[in-house]
Amino acid sequence: MKKLTFKGGTHPPHSKKATEKLALEKANAPKIVVIPMQQHIGAPCDPIVAVGDEVKVGQKIGEAKGFVSVPVHSSVSGKVTAIEPRLYSGGTKVTCVVIESDMQDTIHESVTSKGSLEALSADDIKNIIKEAGIVGMGGAAFPTHVKLAPPPEKNVDTVILNGAECEPYLTADHRLMLENPEDVVYGLQAFMKALNVSKGYIGIEDNKMDAIEAMEKAAQGKEGIEVVALHAKYPQGAEKQLIYACTKREVPSGGLPADARVVVNNVGTAAAVAKAIKTGMPLVERIVTITGEGISNPKNLFVKIGTSFREVIEQCGGFKGNPQKIIAGGPMMGIAQFNIDIPVIKGTSGILTLSENELQLSDPLACIKCGRCIEVCPIGLLPTKLESFSSRNMLMEAENYHVLDCIECGSCSFICPAKRRLVESIRLGKAQVMAEKRKAKA
Amino acid sequence: MEHGNLVVSSSPHIRSKESVNSIMYNVIIALLPATVAAIYFFRLRAFLLIAVSIIAAIAAEAIILKIRKKPIAINDGSAIITGLLLALTISPAMPLWMAVVGSVVSIGIGKQVYGGLGSNPFNPALVGRAFLIITFPVQMTTWINPIDGLATATPLGLQKMEGIGTGYLELLLGNVGGSLGETSALLLLIGGLYLIYKGIIRWYIPVSYLGTVAAMSLILGSDPIFQLLSGGLMLGAFFMATDMVTSPVTKKGQLIFGIGAGLITIIVRLYGGYPEGVLFSILLMNIFTPIIDKYAMPKIYGEVKSK
Repeated sequence: MKKLTFKGGTHPPHSKKATEKLALEKANAPKIVVIPMQQHIGAPCDPIVAVGDEVKVGQKIGEAKGFVSVPVHSSVSGKVTAIEPRLYSGGTKVTCVVIESDMQDTIHESVTSKGSLEALSADDIKNIIKEAGIVGMGGAAFPTHVKLAPPPEKNVDTVILNGAECEPYLTADHRLMLENPEDVVYGLQAFMKALNVSKGYIGIEDNKMDAIEAMEKAAQGKEGIEVVALHAKYPQGAEKQLIYACTKREVPSGGLPADARVVVNNVGTAAAVAKAIKTGMPLVERIVTITGEGISNPKNLFVKIGTSFREVIEQCGGFKGNPQKIIAGGPMMGIAQFNIDIPVIKGTSGILTLSENELQLSDPLACIKCGRCIEVCPIGLLPTKLESFSSRNMLMEAENYHVLDCIECGSCSFICPAKRRLVESIRLGKAQVMAEKRKAKA
Repeated sequence: MEHGNLVVSSSPHIRSKESVNSIMYNVIIALLPATVAAIYFFRLRAFLLIAVSIIAAIAAEAIILKIRKKPIAINDGSAIITGLLLALTISPAMPLWMAVVGSVVSIGIGKQVYGGLGSNPFNPALVGRAFLIITFPVQMTTWINPIDGLATATPLGLQKMEGIGTGYLELLLGNVGGSLGETSALLLLIGGLYLIYKGIIRWYIPVSYLGTVAAMSLILGSDPIFQLLSGGLMLGAFFMATDMVTSPVTKKGQLIFGIGAGLITIIVRLYGGYPEGVLFSILLMNIFTPIIDKYAMPKIYGEVKSK
C-alpha cells in the first residue's frame, strides 16, 4: 500500500500505547451536566429553556443564531437548575444551562429516525446535520453544515474524512474506526450526497494499521470511497496537509478547502451524522480519550456533553502522583486548563494529564539559526523570522512573510532546540495583523 | 481528588528532546577522533595547545558575559567548540600565549561584541584564526612533520610552491604537516558523518562544498582527490561551514553557501597567494548568509493567492 504524505512536519512520540488497545466504554451517567451555549466557532446560542423546566435527552435547549452556528441539546433528562455564566475549556465564562439529571435518560419525542439515506435529499441531510448540532469533532468545532454549503462555483468534487489522529496520546478516532467503521462510512456517504460528489477518501495514519483494515472492510463495495494510508507524521491531520496528501492539491493562501474543490470532515463527525440520521439523536455525547502519565487508569470513554472533567477523571481512577498540566485536547494544539470543574464539550477530543516527568519546562535561549523550525513547518514559513517580527510588533513584515498562512500546529516550537516559544509569538502576531486588517476595512 | 497548582501555558505542551546543549556536545563528540589524533601525532604540545585554547575561550566568554551582566551560560558548550576548533586550525609549533590571544579574539571579537551566541555573523573560531594568521604569520605557517618532529611544509604548500605531491593514504591518515586537526581527513570525515547520522547537521553544505571543490579541480586540471583530502577542507566543510549561526537556514540557501565556499576555496588554492583557501571561503560566504537567507526561501504551501 502506498503511503501518502505532505512536505515538512515532525515526529513527536506517539504516546498512544496507554489507550489504543482499550475498547470504548460508556462513562458513568453524570448527576449534573453543565452545557455551554457556545461550543462551536460562530455565534453563541440563546437558551430556550428556563430554570425549573423539565428536559429530556436530545431536547433542544439552545437555539442557533445566524448561519454559522448550531443548536445545543440536553444530554440527560431532568430539571434545569440554573442558567448562568460558567467557566469552560476555552478559558472564559460562557452562558451555560445546568441540568440536574433524574438518571432516567428519558428520550425526547423529537428523537426519531430520519429514514434511509437514499430517501433524503441533499438539503434534508444538511438540515438534519444542522439541527443535530453537529460540529467538527476533531477539536476545532466548526459547524458542519456550513462546510457542506460551499458556493456552487467552487465545484467541490471530493470529500475527505480525517482519520489521521496525528495528535499524540489521543485514540478516540482510532477506537471509533475500529469499533464502528460502518457509521463512519455511512456518514461519509451522507456528506457525499449532501455535496453531490462521487469521490470520498478516508485518510488514516499508518500507525493505525488495524483501523485502516477495519475501514477498508467497511468501505468495500461502497462506490467512490477509498481508504488511504498516510505516513504517520505531525500534522498529518491538519486540513491543508491532509488535502495535499490525498489529492496533491493545495488550498490557495487565504482560501478555504473548497477552493481546492475539497471538503474535509473528521471521522467522529461522520459517525455523529450517521447517528443523527439513523436514530435522530443529536450530538449529545462524544468519545474522549482520558490519558497521560498523570492518570491512574487511562480510558476511551463515551461521555455525555456537559459532564465535568472532574467526574471523568475520577472514573479513570483519579490522578496518579501530582498532576502538572491538564489539557483539553492533545499535547500539540490542546488548551491547558487551570481548573477541572469544567464541562466536556463537543470539541473535547481528549483530557490529557501530564506528569512531572512528561512536563518539559525550560527557559527559551537565543536562536542559533539551526533552521529546524523552517524544515518542519508544513506551510514552508520561516517561524524564527515570524517570531522576531511578531514579538517586535513589526506587523507589516510579519504579513509580508505570510504570518496569516500559519496553521498554528506548533511543529516549530516542538522542534526548537533553544525551546523558544515560536508558535505562541506567531499566534499573537497573527491576531494583531488580523485586527489591523479589520480596522483598515472598517 | 485534588491537584496542586496546574501549569497553564500555550501549546504545544510537549517538546523535542534536542537542546542547544545536546547539539553542541554532539559536535564536540564528533571532533574527538581528530582531537585524539592531534594529540597522538603532536603529543604534549598538541594537548597543551588544545587545553589552553579551550580554557581561554571559556574564561573569555564567562568574563565578557559577566561584564555584560548576562547569565553566565558557559555550559552550553559553544565556547568549548570555539576553543577546540581554533586549536585544531593552528600550527603545532604555535606558542601557547598566541593560542590564548586567538581564543580571546574568537570569543570577544568573533562572538560577544555582536551579542553572543546566535548573533555573530562570522564563525568565531575562524575570526580568531584570521586574526592569528595576519598578526603572527610566521608562527602560523611553521609546520612540523608528525613523524620526525622536524620542520616541514603542508601538502598544499608543497604542491603549490614546489610541485611535490603527497600520497592519498598519508593524507587520509594524517601523518603529514599541517594544523593540529587538519591532518587526518579520514577522522574528520568520520566525525562529520556522525553529525549527519545524528541529525545535528544536514548534508547540504558539506556535500555541495566538497562536490564543488572536486568538480572544479577536475575542470581546472587539478587532482580532485588530493584537493579533497588536503588542508583544512574536511574540517571546514563538516565543522565550520555548517556552523548554524553563520550559515543559511534553508536547504536551498545551504546548497548555495556550499557551492560558493567551494568555488572560493579552489580559486584561492589554485590561483591565490595563499596555499589554502578554506578559511577565507567560509568567512566570505558568512558575509553572504543574510542575503542568501533573504532570497532562498522555501516554497509556501498554496502560495498562489485565491481570487
